[in-house]
Amino acid sequence: MWTWFYKLASPPYVYGAAAALAPWFLGAAALALGYGLIAGLAIAPPDYQQGEAFRMIYVHVPGALLSMTVYAVMAVASAVALIWRIKVGFAVAAAAAPIGASFTVLALVTGSLWGRPMWGTYWAWDPRLTSELILLFLYVGVMSLRSAFEDPARGDRAAALLATVGVINLPIIHFSVVWWNSLHQGATIVKLGAPSMDASMLWPLLSMWLGFMLFFAAVLCIRVQGEVLNRERQSTWVRMAVKS
Amino acid sequence: MNTAAGLGVEKVHVWRGARHVLKGVSLTLAPGQLLHVAGPNGSGKTTLLRVVCGLLRPESGTVSWGGRPISSVRADYQANLAFASHEAALKADLTALENLHFAVGLKRRASLQDLRRSLERTGVAECSDLPARVLSAGQRRRVAMARVLAMEAALWLLDEPFTNLDAAGTELFAGLLRCHVEGGGAALVVAHHELKPGLEMRRLELAP
Amino acid sequence: MTVGALAAFALLLRRELRLSFRRPDQLLQPLVFFLIVTTLFPLGLSLQLSLLRDMSPGVLWVAALLSSLLSLDSLFKGDADDGTLEQLALCGQELALIVVAKTLAHWLVSGAALVLVSPVVGTALGIPPAAFATMMLSLGLGTLTLSWLGAIGAALTVGLKRGSVLLSLIVLPLAMPLLIFGAGATDRAISGSSALGALYFLGSLCVFTCTLAPFAATIALRITLE
Repeated sequence: MWTWFYKLASPPYVYGAAAALAPWFLGAAALALGYGLIAGLAIAPPDYQQGEAFRMIYVHVPGALLSMTVYAVMAVASAVALIWRIKVGFAVAAAAAPIGASFTVLALVTGSLWGRPMWGTYWAWDPRLTSELILLFLYVGVMSLRSAFEDPARGDRAAALLATVGVINLPIIHFSVVWWNSLHQGATIVKLGAPSMDASMLWPLLSMWLGFMLFFAAVLCIRVQGEVLNRERQSTWVRMAVKS
Repeated sequence: MNTAAGLGVEKVHVWRGARHVLKGVSLTLAPGQLLHVAGPNGSGKTTLLRVVCGLLRPESGTVSWGGRPISSVRADYQANLAFASHEAALKADLTALENLHFAVGLKRRASLQDLRRSLERTGVAECSDLPARVLSAGQRRRVAMARVLAMEAALWLLDEPFTNLDAAGTELFAGLLRCHVEGGGAALVVAHHELKPGLEMRRLELAP
Repeated sequence: MTVGALAAFALLLRRELRLSFRRPDQLLQPLVFFLIVTTLFPLGLSLQLSLLRDMSPGVLWVAALLSSLLSLDSLFKGDADDGTLEQLALCGQELALIVVAKTLAHWLVSGAALVLVSPVVGTALGIPPAAFATMMLSLGLGTLTLSWLGAIGAALTVGLKRGSVLLSLIVLPLAMPLLIFGAGATDRAISGSSALGALYFLGSLCVFTCTLAPFAATIALRITLE
């Protein structure tokens, strides 16, 4: 029963699937991001409290959500690779890490820029930004650990373990930072029931979120191809693929 | 040859980074046999030994003990083996006797007298109460061998056991090997030079 | 004739403690570091105890974190360097048992020592003696949790060049909740309000980590041993 799963997870299959899917993800991402940016930046009305500055939400919030999602993806791929010894998981984790770190930096920078008109300062130690900062440290830790090993296979396994340990700690870290203090406005999307944002503001935000996800999927596919090729460069299927 | 009660290695492949270090190596080792693994530097002798110990998991291939894969009988397998790496592996701050006590004591209940006797057999009885820091390389090698003796293991896995030994020491170790094998033990010895234990031995040559 | 787990655990503990006490200077260094780091803050900020008191929980905890990390580097390094780590891995006992014994022994000589020294440091920072009990309890739970997080980090970084820097890099973000709750508990104790909430969280973090970290550290050690 598991043989089909292992076949699905074999490097040549994943390489092929990634190559085929990437353009579709990219196209869909362009559509979602396009609508989201136009509707969010131009069409949605300014917030009655924050004015035009609130528009930063369209980049900041999806960026922050993605930074956490990508970490989860990285951790799941790592755990799968460690537990079931499915090597392509290491390639996915290695591909995802820099993308997630970039989203985290994006969230931090946009959060900082958003904070300037809101709080009068470029930085405040509020729970969201602080959690993002710690998340960035976790990403840097995983990437540094992987590159510190001379034997890339061991580096992959060590980084995979660290990513798994990190993902278990993420909720703890987030909760403890929230407990610590709060300035940020409450979660406006994830509330069940009516969101406290007007629909004209909400739809572009959801579209941006979707667009970011699709963009991540596209870049992940592109990077995974490179990571798989690098790891499997001794095998015959790679030589055939390169020749053709 | 009955290998049911012995060590079996089948078609083991190991990559270190991009280097294909072990290319489908197979061997068998039954009780009462001595196997000399030879080959130039970089041929994977130490890697093979680590795979046999269970420290390194091969990419493909199996290592079995008594017919069962070592991963499923790990504790039992390890209790029956004594490993000596090419470093003497002694704690510098502990005396020779303490080193033996803490190492052997995890494997079997050994009295201090047993341990002293092992140190006598390898000719370093006078070092028993000296910290390993002050011992010479040859003395450390002998203490490491005493540890192997004291473990009373069925399988000896030795990496370059004759380094740093003088002629007398080499003769002594050869005698200990002979004794072990004649008593029904098995030994796998990695050495890049020739062994002359005066005993029938099999040989596995690894190519880089 | 084989040795049972409990006897092996006791033997390992004895081994670790004997090795630690044979090098008393190495035992004292993290404690001295703790004192030095704590001294940096009054020198850099203010000598008024009333002002220091406000910062003292954080200062105390940061100093404790940093000095614990300093000593955690040597958890597996000594054995890895002289080759005895492999001997331990092949002794027929569960690798997890070895990891637990080493980490516990390490905490006893470093973390527990920090807790005992903390009243001295607390006084220097203006922490009132009434808050000492909470401070020491929080430090005890925190250093134990940190020993476990550090064990995972130490197992992962033991063979690497500049491993100690990387160790701090990977352990400190994971230790931030400890800092938050530990300093928070001490802060509440100083201001007279109940620190129970924070202490409960610290306690549950400790239990959670002590339960799961041994598995992670064992896997990490296996990766290193290859």
